[in-house]
Amino acid sequence: MTLETNGKPMIEVRGLRKEYAGKPAVKGLNFTVARGEIVGFIGPNGAGKSTTMRILASFLSATAGTAQVAGFDVERDSMEVRRRVGYMPENNPLPEDMRVREYLKFRARLKGLSRMASRNRVDEVSGQLGLEEVCNKMIGHLSKGFRQRVGLADALVHEPDLLILDEPTIGLDPHQIMAVRELIKKLSADRTVLISSHILPEVEVTCNRLLIMHRGNLLAADTQSNLQKRIGGATRVVAELSAPEGDLRTAWEEMGEVRDFHLSATEGDFRRCVLMPRDGVDLRTRVVDLAHARGWTLRELSENRATLEDIFVQLTRPDDDEEDLF
Amino acid sequence: MAAFLTLTRRELSGYFFSLRGYVIIAGVQLLIGASLLIVLDALNEKPFDIPLTEKLPNSGFFWLVLLLMAPIITMRTYAHEKSTGTFETLLATPVSDRAVVLAKFVGAWLFYLLAWAPAATLPFLLSRYVDGLGPVDTGPLVSLALGVGVIGAFFMAVGCFASALTRSQIIAAMTSFAIGTGVFLIGLLAVYRPPQLGWKTDLFAHISMVEHMGDFASGIVDSRHLVFYISLTLMFLYLTEQVLASRRWK
Repeated sequence: MTLETNGKPMIEVRGLRKEYAGKPAVKGLNFTVARGEIVGFIGPNGAGKSTTMRILASFLSATAGTAQVAGFDVERDSMEVRRRVGYMPENNPLPEDMRVREYLKFRARLKGLSRMASRNRVDEVSGQLGLEEVCNKMIGHLSKGFRQRVGLADALVHEPDLLILDEPTIGLDPHQIMAVRELIKKLSADRTVLISSHILPEVEVTCNRLLIMHRGNLLAADTQSNLQKRIGGATRVVAELSAPEGDLRTAWEEMGEVRDFHLSATEGDFRRCVLMPRDGVDLRTRVVDLAHARGWTLRELSENRATLEDIFVQLTRPDDDEEDLF
Repeated sequence: MAAFLTLTRRELSGYFFSLRGYVIIAGVQLLIGASLLIVLDALNEKPFDIPLTEKLPNSGFFWLVLLLMAPIITMRTYAHEKSTGTFETLLATPVSDRAVVLAKFVGAWLFYLLAWAPAATLPFLLSRYVDGLGPVDTGPLVSLALGVGVIGAFFMAVGCFASALTRSQIIAAMTSFAIGTGVFLIGLLAVYRPPQLGWKTDLFAHISMVEHMGDFASGIVDSRHLVFYISLTLMFLYLTEQVLASRRWK
């Protein structure tokens, strides 16, 4: 099933607000996702990720604001949106009493595929996701990893333009997480993907852009490297040098690129220096040059870039002034 | 339309994925068979002056079957999907709420008819094995079946509605049993006809399932009865659709 593309962004959300019995779960979101992007939706539990995804999948309605998928309004053109979206909800609900193949065929038919097309597509996705060996098994008897693949196969069976996966790796063991991650990467080759997670490494590896949500607000929407730049303070260079402490202190104080530093003694003559650079400067070459010029022995030099965890903790700190971050 | 048929098929076949469907059919046949035995037993003592079919709606078992079937058949329809979460994946497919409501109702109703179907052979079995039984009059049999069908449609619609309200199958079953039995009992008041009630007796007579069934069993197809059950069925289906839509404004 190929549906026409109209040059509009894949997702366009404007002022999206959702209240449950008067309590806001999502407070005025604005973001755009271009075609072909893999976007990670991260935030602690209760941040409003699932609610936003449900609205995008046209399962819930927003209280205010608009959301468009491929140029179609999720409210007015709900059916058009549903045809283009492959949605896997949190916890991947599946009927226990159906066989894998039977279930996928049923889903394909519900999603409007003809009998022939559904048979072909089920064969295709089963192959893609390695489901051939279990296709005649009851879903209730499958391992969690296989269930997750069945959920993905269901989301993919009608060849959607947009894949919305709500916590796709929750409850899986590390091997299964790796496998699912690989699958998502493979599947994302020719479509837009929106993945939510509260496990940061998850989105770190798979996504090229991040939307960080906290208490119903969007705190940041950027690539990981831009986010890292923004929180430059989290990048630091660690150097272990054998030099007298006083010499080291003066050296760092004289070096203009060092914003701040911290010294500590380690075993032997070595001193451990933690250096905070000014924005965007790579201190490592400067340290090597310095050690060479002074004849100091350098035994360790590393740069610790801010991990997603650091960014996340910074952005979602409860007493943080949120306005500053934008 | 294709999605509606797919969904109806899935609903109907769902009854046979586990023992549930077979147990329901066996239970219904047991109770219907028992009520026939009681009627036959009575027949051995003194002959009836009315056809056998008319005896059926007077049997307690017959009503027990009708009142119990709806909760048991329909309690799963929405409650189970809501509790497992498949309700969300279902409503994220390009299928309208109305198609979902109709498919679940039609699936339940077809299963209900299927559970009754074996009983259709009973009159012919009797005529084959009982000496001196009068001829089988197919007219009343057909109208009786029609009555069982439309009353069943009403009960199934109530059951679907009750199931759509909750995640718990038990609560769904109790709600649908309470509504079904409530309507039945109000109608039953008319049978006793307390004369001092006046216009209320007329009202009760209008909604008396026992009287309606009596008409159907004696071969009378009264359009008022048909309108009554069909309109109630449609009303509960409409309410169910509203319950589904409520996820959007709640």
